[in-house]
Amino acid sequence: MDKIIITISGVLGILLTYWFFLMKKEKVVSATGSIDIIVEGGYSPETISIPKGKTTKLNFFRKDPNSCLEEVVIGDFKIRKTLPLNQKVTIELTPQTSGEFAYSCGMGMFHGKIIVTP
Amino acid sequence: MTTDIKKTFSVKRMHCASCVLTIEKSLKGLEGVSEANVNLATGKATVTYDPDKVTDEKLISAVSNVGYQALISEELQSEDLEKTEKTKELKDLKLRTAVSLVLGGLVLWGGFPALMNTAPAFLRIFWVQLILATPVQFWAGWIFYRATIPALKHRTANMDTLVAIGTTVAFGYSAFVTVLPGIVKNIGIEPAPYFDVATIIIGLILLGRYFEARAKAGTSEAIKKLIGLQAKTARVVRGNKEIDIPIDQVIIGDLVRVRPGEKIPVDGVITEGDSSIDESMITGESMPVDKKIGDTVVGATINKSGSFIFRTTKVGQETLLAQIIKLVQEAQGSKAPIQRLVDLISSYFVPVVIMLAIVTFVVWYNIGPNPALLFALLNTVAVLIIACPCAMGLATPTAIMVGTGKGAENGILIKDAESLEIAHKVTTIIFDKTGTLTKGEPSVTDVVAFNDGKQSDILQYAASLEKFSEHPVAKAIVTFAASLGKTSSHPLDKAIRERAETENAELFVVDKFKANPGKGLEGEIMISGNPKKFYFGNRALMQSISVNIDAHETEIQKLEGEGKTVMILASDSGLLGAVAVADTVKENAWQGIEELKKLGIESVMITGDNSKTAMAIANKVGITRVLAEVLPDQKEAEVKKIQAEGKIVAMVGDGINDAPALAQANVGIAMGTGTDVAIEAADITLINKDLRSVAATIRLSKMTMKTIKLNLFWAFGYNIILIPVAMGVLYPFFGLLMNPIFASVAMALSSISVVSNSLLLKRKRIG
Repeated sequence: MDKIIITISGVLGILLTYWFFLMKKEKVVSATGSIDIIVEGGYSPETISIPKGKTTKLNFFRKDPNSCLEEVVIGDFKIRKTLPLNQKVTIELTPQTSGEFAYSCGMGMFHGKIIVTP
Repeated sequence: MTTDIKKTFSVKRMHCASCVLTIEKSLKGLEGVSEANVNLATGKATVTYDPDKVTDEKLISAVSNVGYQALISEELQSEDLEKTEKTKELKDLKLRTAVSLVLGGLVLWGGFPALMNTAPAFLRIFWVQLILATPVQFWAGWIFYRATIPALKHRTANMDTLVAIGTTVAFGYSAFVTVLPGIVKNIGIEPAPYFDVATIIIGLILLGRYFEARAKAGTSEAIKKLIGLQAKTARVVRGNKEIDIPIDQVIIGDLVRVRPGEKIPVDGVITEGDSSIDESMITGESMPVDKKIGDTVVGATINKSGSFIFRTTKVGQETLLAQIIKLVQEAQGSKAPIQRLVDLISSYFVPVVIMLAIVTFVVWYNIGPNPALLFALLNTVAVLIIACPCAMGLATPTAIMVGTGKGAENGILIKDAESLEIAHKVTTIIFDKTGTLTKGEPSVTDVVAFNDGKQSDILQYAASLEKFSEHPVAKAIVTFAASLGKTSSHPLDKAIRERAETENAELFVVDKFKANPGKGLEGEIMISGNPKKFYFGNRALMQSISVNIDAHETEIQKLEGEGKTVMILASDSGLLGAVAVADTVKENAWQGIEELKKLGIESVMITGDNSKTAMAIANKVGITRVLAEVLPDQKEAEVKKIQAEGKIVAMVGDGINDAPALAQANVGIAMGTGTDVAIEAADITLINKDLRSVAATIRLSKMTMKTIKLNLFWAFGYNIILIPVAMGVLYPFFGLLMNPIFASVAMALSSISVVSNSLLLKRKRIG
């Protein structure tokens, strides 16, 4: 009996893990001019949409002391910036092409996305 | 006349608005201070003053007289702030590591079956172990929870999540056994806690993280070194005086005095004096370079011998050093194509490991030997602990950071990680001739007069056409024939004009001037009151005006065979003579090409010269494949042709004249220039003019890629092999299981080994 319970719980656990981590819905926040991104256990907001050809200021504010998050990398824009704890770090982007560009922490563990709209 | 200067410094112990007024009043009271502004929010004072009357000491005492402290020399830069924060973090990590290893050691002594008999009796008491383990789990290990909780809010997970879950499971079970041993006994399991597993894992992972953090700091050392090269002050000549001012107040056009042993603060041109300058920090070239009036000097280089004055031409973010820093920072921020796949995998990694841990628990619980619950528990913990996503995340960026940094130290500026990655695959390198293989400083070697003409006449007519042409500059640069006039920067024209000047040749006024791209030029000169048409250029030009050169072909070919560029002069009455110009091959050209041969790379020379001249030069440097008589706008097409042969092509040029060809090549390498245009056009810029740097670049790329591949092989191989081992796949065959403590050792070592492997790149020689 206990084995059946453990097996069912295990299957449910796997499904829950899959749903929880891998099926989350993307919430796109559109930014004009500037946007504050809180860095705490990830990025809030995680997915932002910014207009093509215009300069948008991304104000990163790291509250999380986890060293994984101490750098933010926006590879397509050739940006790797150190985010000192509890300090605002502004990154200016003026995208020339539209599309989706991923950004992440220095070790590629936490991810976010920048959607450049035409 | 003296100019006032502005200085900003920190003021300590300010706490209210009245402090601001008091300090401002005291500063303004100094003779020579024209303005003083104190900001309470930033804790800084900005003072404008006459440096002749006011010294730093006077400012300090003015502030201290009213009870505050001015920190003039201790301007805390953001770099320092970062360093302070990092030091604090490392100190904290060290303390947590020490506490967890000491307490964990005691718990292990009292709880581990092989050791517990030697331990004092009290350490064997479960409650004592619980008390010792609790601070480790919730204070030292708090950093794992602190990272996990907000991450879960974002529905993401990382390595901390795995450690937090793994150690919580071990600690939770142990605490349960300690508090309620009866329940465990009832289900047939001997109540024994595993506090040692939880505490030692935390201790070892923290230890690994400590070493990793220290090693990681080494990967960004190059950029810190570059930033550190910046001079802090400059001695500017203002009026009749020389004053020291902060570097950010130097403006373009300032005259700056540099004495022996001093650092040149910004970029400029020498206006007085001469010296020998050590430019190794920028170019990687160890020999000092002699500089005289009119020569350019670069900020951050060191003046070795003489004292000189230079006029600043670039300051602030425009200086070569600032550009280099920006470029290296950008390269380190870019992603190598190889990393995109890694990123994709690592984004699924942690959830997959959690799922595998659940599978492990279920399988061991259902079909494992007795006590199944314990086996299931320990193996689950082992799976969670051994998985190491960090090693995968660190594999590529650390190597790219060390690689690009190492490049910059050797005068090799790499624009992005992608260029560094492609460079190792290059099979063919096309070299532009002038200024790349040769010095780009040609001089006239022969002036030949045909048919009993006078040599001086030939030079006179040729130089007249050159000097008085009014062709637009832009075209003059890109086309051989249009390279004329006072403003022309083409080395050939310069050489002819110079020769004419040294011989004091009187130049004629040229009328109806015309440039024929790819051929040469023509114009009318008044001879004894009658206009006469002159033509100066190559064979194609002569052909177009139907002038037969057959009679002198041997003479011309002889000059071309010596590697000289021959320009023929003719008038409407026939052939007159020729001017030969030769450029010197760079000292290290042969060696540079030879090094590429050793790397198995084919070198090709591309030039506008005719094939005879081109072959002569090519022979001197050891190149066998020559693309001659290529007009500037055809270079791009030539690159395409070679690419169509299935070759991965690098193009080496000066970055200004051959931008389209550089862009077309798989890797564009600009040489010996630090101008914005060149850096923009090229994927890789070689600041020194040494051709051996091309081979060094390829070697650097090969080494970096080898490091990345080894790192990835290790990081992936580690997880692919050890996760199944931790799940217990070897148990049915060999009875082997992974102890969770061993898992934590392996995990800590995997990240450290990846970072250390990247750091090894620093020690390798590329030159």
